[in-house]
Amino acid sequence: MLLTLTTTHQPATDLGFLLHKNPGRVHEAPLSFGRAVLFYPELSESRSTFAMLLDIDPVALVRGKGRGSQGLFDQYVSDRPYVASSFLSVAIAKTLRNALNGSSKERPDLAAKAIPLSARVLPLPVRGAEDLVERLFKPLGYNVEIESIPLDAKLSYLGDGWDVSPYVCLNLSGTVKLSELLSHLYVLIPVLDKQKHYFVDRNELEKLVAKGESWLGGHPEKELIANRYLRFKRSWTREVLARLAFDEAIAEEAASELSVSSSGYGSGEGHAGGEDTGEPREARKDAAEEALERPIRLHELRLETVAEKLKELGARRVVDLGCGSGKLLKRLLAEMQFSEIVGIDVSSGSLENAARRLRLDTMPGKQRARIRILQGALTYRDRRIEGYDAAALVEVIEHLDSDRLSALERALFEFARPEHVIVTTPNREYNAKFEGMAPGQLRHADHRFEWTRQEFAKWAEPVAERFGYQVELSGIGDSDEEFGAPSQMAVFARVG
Amino acid sequence: MKITIPEFCLVALVGASGSGKSTFARKHFLPTEIVSSDACRGVVSDDENDLDATDDAFKLVHYIAETRLRRRKLVVIDATNVRKEDRARLIQLAKAHHALAVAFVVNPGEDICHERNRERPDRQFGAHVVRNHTRALKRDIKRIDKEGFRYVHEFRSVEAIEAVEIERTRLWTDRRDEIGPFDIIGDVHGCRDELLGLFGKLGYSVRLEGEGLDRRVVAEVPEGRRVIFVGDLVDRGPASPDVLRIAMHMVEQGQALCVPGNHDVKLLRYLNGRNVKLNHGLDATVSQLDREPPEFKQTVKKFIDGLVSHAWLEGGRLAIAHAGIKEPMLGRASGAIREFCLYGETSGETDEFGLPIRYNWAAEYRGKTTVVYGHTPVPEAEWLNNTLCVDTGCVFGGKLTALRWPEKEIVSVEAAQVYMAPIRPFAHPPTRPGVVLSQQAMHDDLLDLDDVIGKRIVTTAMGRTVQVPEANAAAALEVMSRFAIQPKWLIHLPPTMSPCETSTREGFLEHPDEAFAYFDKEGAGRVVVEEKHMGSRALAVVCREEDAARRRFGVTSGETGALFTRTGRSFFNDAVTTEAMLERIRAGMDACDFWSRFDTDWALLDAELMPWSAKAQGLIKEQYAATGAAANAGLGEAVSLLEKAGHGGLDTAELLADFASRKARADQYVDAYRRYCWPVTSLDDYKFAPFHLLATEGKVHMDRDHLWHMQELGLIAAEGGPSLMATTYRVVDLSSEAERLVATEWWLQQTANGGEGMVIKPFDFSVRGARGMVQPALKVRGSEYLRIIYGPEYDLEGNLARLRKRGLGLKRSLAMREFALGQEALLRFVAREPLRRVHECVFAILALECEPVDPRL
Repeated sequence: MLLTLTTTHQPATDLGFLLHKNPGRVHEAPLSFGRAVLFYPELSESRSTFAMLLDIDPVALVRGKGRGSQGLFDQYVSDRPYVASSFLSVAIAKTLRNALNGSSKERPDLAAKAIPLSARVLPLPVRGAEDLVERLFKPLGYNVEIESIPLDAKLSYLGDGWDVSPYVCLNLSGTVKLSELLSHLYVLIPVLDKQKHYFVDRNELEKLVAKGESWLGGHPEKELIANRYLRFKRSWTREVLARLAFDEAIAEEAASELSVSSSGYGSGEGHAGGEDTGEPREARKDAAEEALERPIRLHELRLETVAEKLKELGARRVVDLGCGSGKLLKRLLAEMQFSEIVGIDVSSGSLENAARRLRLDTMPGKQRARIRILQGALTYRDRRIEGYDAAALVEVIEHLDSDRLSALERALFEFARPEHVIVTTPNREYNAKFEGMAPGQLRHADHRFEWTRQEFAKWAEPVAERFGYQVELSGIGDSDEEFGAPSQMAVFARVG
Repeated sequence: MKITIPEFCLVALVGASGSGKSTFARKHFLPTEIVSSDACRGVVSDDENDLDATDDAFKLVHYIAETRLRRRKLVVIDATNVRKEDRARLIQLAKAHHALAVAFVVNPGEDICHERNRERPDRQFGAHVVRNHTRALKRDIKRIDKEGFRYVHEFRSVEAIEAVEIERTRLWTDRRDEIGPFDIIGDVHGCRDELLGLFGKLGYSVRLEGEGLDRRVVAEVPEGRRVIFVGDLVDRGPASPDVLRIAMHMVEQGQALCVPGNHDVKLLRYLNGRNVKLNHGLDATVSQLDREPPEFKQTVKKFIDGLVSHAWLEGGRLAIAHAGIKEPMLGRASGAIREFCLYGETSGETDEFGLPIRYNWAAEYRGKTTVVYGHTPVPEAEWLNNTLCVDTGCVFGGKLTALRWPEKEIVSVEAAQVYMAPIRPFAHPPTRPGVVLSQQAMHDDLLDLDDVIGKRIVTTAMGRTVQVPEANAAAALEVMSRFAIQPKWLIHLPPTMSPCETSTREGFLEHPDEAFAYFDKEGAGRVVVEEKHMGSRALAVVCREEDAARRRFGVTSGETGALFTRTGRSFFNDAVTTEAMLERIRAGMDACDFWSRFDTDWALLDAELMPWSAKAQGLIKEQYAATGAAANAGLGEAVSLLEKAGHGGLDTAELLADFASRKARADQYVDAYRRYCWPVTSLDDYKFAPFHLLATEGKVHMDRDHLWHMQELGLIAAEGGPSLMATTYRVVDLSSEAERLVATEWWLQQTANGGEGMVIKPFDFSVRGARGMVQPALKVRGSEYLRIIYGPEYDLEGNLARLRKRGLGLKRSLAMREFALGQEALLRFVAREPLRRVHECVFAILALECEPVDPRL
């Protein structure tokens, strides 16, 4: 919404020359999304302040600018017209172009010189990552002062979280070239905001390289900056880092670290629910569960155990119910024993992920003929999955409300009726061993329940009995004497 | 020569090339009924005589023929069909679809064929072709009637061919022109006294007089009604001859219809002198018949022999078959159908009593035709998937049951005694141990994916056919299966609501005038204006007690109802609060004697549940309050910077005024959303404000006007304690300017005091105007409330001017489609249709509200 720049360099009135804006009047610059108002609220030899107010047209954001045109957003109520975001970066680039590029007709030497400068930006969206502000600006040599902005303290009687809004007022000060300060702001404001009001294409990569040339390569958070700036297009991040890095080795390292940390984004959980793509909230939940379980490589182990079991059972035609983004499918595809593999998930986002992960588009014909992925829900009878050798439900049942389990039981054991069914689910007892888990907390925000070993048996055994199966229960992962293994598995075998 | 064929059959024309088959076909059949191999050759190859295309052409012939037969349409195969194996394929096709096959052999003589082919330039394939055809035909024409054709007609001259006249007759099973009302009576098995008792209860006067040859039936039926016997009149019971006498008399008098049962057919075989075992109660019938005169036996023989496997009635709405029938068999005739109708289908296994295990065809039945049947004794007649078994084991000491149609009322009399001990107890096997549910409820435990995914077309009683695109259904599947409540509770979802047209009055985006004008133009006459509460839409299914939830909804979790949002999610996260809230509503209903007045033990209420912050706190925090905080912080500082610059000598007056007015609006915006938030520390802080009493047992109250709804719900709200809130309303006669003004004044006052606005509804719940259905409701929201919708600065004149241009067409069309679906869901539910039929509509509403996703990968 607004940016102010203040200097105490003497004479402070030189700020006008550096910014190419005459202090004698108020400037208005039209922008595609509204206008910028530029003026000097304070002007003296000892101290001058320049202010840029953005006046963003809230109606045009939704309606578009003209007849039949489309707006950027579908909600009228949005913080976009009021916050410092990529709109501010665009305004800086459009109205302060010379200053951003470090040129000044009247004061070229001063433009190339580090002078005492401070900047104030508000409201800056940080969405809970206030520490990030310091991590981004401190390494660049600024004193960072953050004022929090209250959300709506009058409503704090409704519960927690009303005191602090997702926005802060950022104050930076330091001795720095004006052009550097502006490019830091230009790049880092959208990084903090995590949103851009326009489509991010390859131009954006070039802009980042150009604006970050002098400082981004040495910034300790360069991956995060590039990644967020480029809206999580990882191959572009790698490219930017490689171009900014002094040698290839550093870029390699950066790239490999990235791919590790990226497993926290994107899930891999094989559950009936929707997963990440484009839904950061889901991704966050998945990531939280993975972070808990990561130290023991639990999910890998689960998939390995299930795939091995399916092999051992001699299954050839298998269904992965709740296949998520296709991690188990990928393992099964590698085993020629499985002649037909079907992945089912209710979330079309997950299925798209799976299709990408498995590269279904470009898969050779013979292999492609072995695998299908379909949308389906486990609480409905699904004729497409009848008559298979085996079905796997890896971390699926805990995503169903317990009163829907009876539908799943019938759909699976009465109608689909595979020879074998493998079900895995967390062992709640083991939660005590995870660090940072509150008592009673579940591993994933979408888990509707988590069972103890006894509860799992209490479900599995009567189900087996009712539908003519035998069941064997076991643990997955290193077993604790008191709490058992972190995950548990039931293998049902049809009788007769 | 006049020839009669069934109006549904497969007609095979048989004859050499040039015999005149196509001319014959064109003369007697519709172009769409004829499938010609030549034409199909043309379709696949552009050349009707391209012999290379023969295989593909015949695939097409068979495909078309098969499709027509599946749809119960007559089909004529115009191909030479001179070889036995060609005809065998057709007979097989007919059989698979229970169609009779008819052969017309068109044989004017080989010379004529040659001559005709010579005249046609496209038929210069040589004389040997016709010669081969004729030879093949001659070879087995003599045995053609053994091939499986029901009728074979051969015409051996041009004159004979030309003299043919074809008449079509209806199949005996097709009695769609017979209209009820009917009283459909289950397996009687010789239980004469119970039958007479049941007649009495049904309002018939039937008695038997005299003895021996003089014994006769005197029957009087209630005006317009007829009886249908589902078969098994005889065996096991004490008076099979009298039961036969009654049935035969009434059928003869046109007072009854009858389909045969397996026992009746076995008796016929006995009477025909066939070697049948005298067991399963036939022994009793035989000895009873031995006391009857021989003429009686002859009449019985003739009667049973004349019975047709099943009856398809009332334009296809109803079918009667002894052991049931599958949908593709309805109104057709074949040995397989007769077999099924008499005996049902067995799995080939036997149970612990040595009886064959029956395959429960009704569990898979999905037809639109209601099927009423007997054969398998059950303790109670219970609907399952639009089928009903009315054999309640009278002869085994159960009862004799009738279904009154179309009233769907079940009437029974208890058996006077156990005439024979049942071999196995006749109870439905439970599919969940220890749970007593109806057959339908058990079946409904599991819905079928095929009923919801893909492109859906739902026909509604409102006369609207609603289409749901595949991509919307795919999106809804995720919401439904991950977040929605148990589908058994989800019998309705409310439609979206359109706002009124935008107002042109200065400072207003919405104003009551436009809504009044809309309803006036649509001819509504009167409207009901209701206060619009600002909370969250909530639907409440309230059962009188836990057992009603089990009986009517098939829910056995102990819940006594459900409270759900407009997207089918549970309103509260915990069952305890839900139950406590339901208890409050129920208390209000108890107090106003609701249950007995409506003769129901459940109800569906449509309401608003406040505070808004109870359900939407996350949204308020993340979207509304956040926007307010950002706007106030930014605009506040902007104002002070401009002030500072003004003091410094810059001319910022205009800008300052502009930013200051925006800052003021940001403050108003915060006030606006705050108004709908209040803390909830106990149940008393929730306010449940109902405005539609949508349904109770057997009734959808969408035929009642809104005044009725307001009054009924006002009674409940008045008695329901602090958690219930009445909705204020007034009725406005649109022709009265004064009434409009008063209502407008009311709206202004309400909204000035922080009210959201009002909802204006036509006086009647659903109204058809000159241009189709009228919107069921329009919302007119207050100026301050609209700030929450359109943002803090919406009422700056420049913004308002643009916001006034809003298209309502899509929203209104969506509202109408959802309204029709919601009503349809309830109509189906109160008619006790299977859950899948209710779920289909509810799912469709949810799908229309979803952003489409790509269903295919």
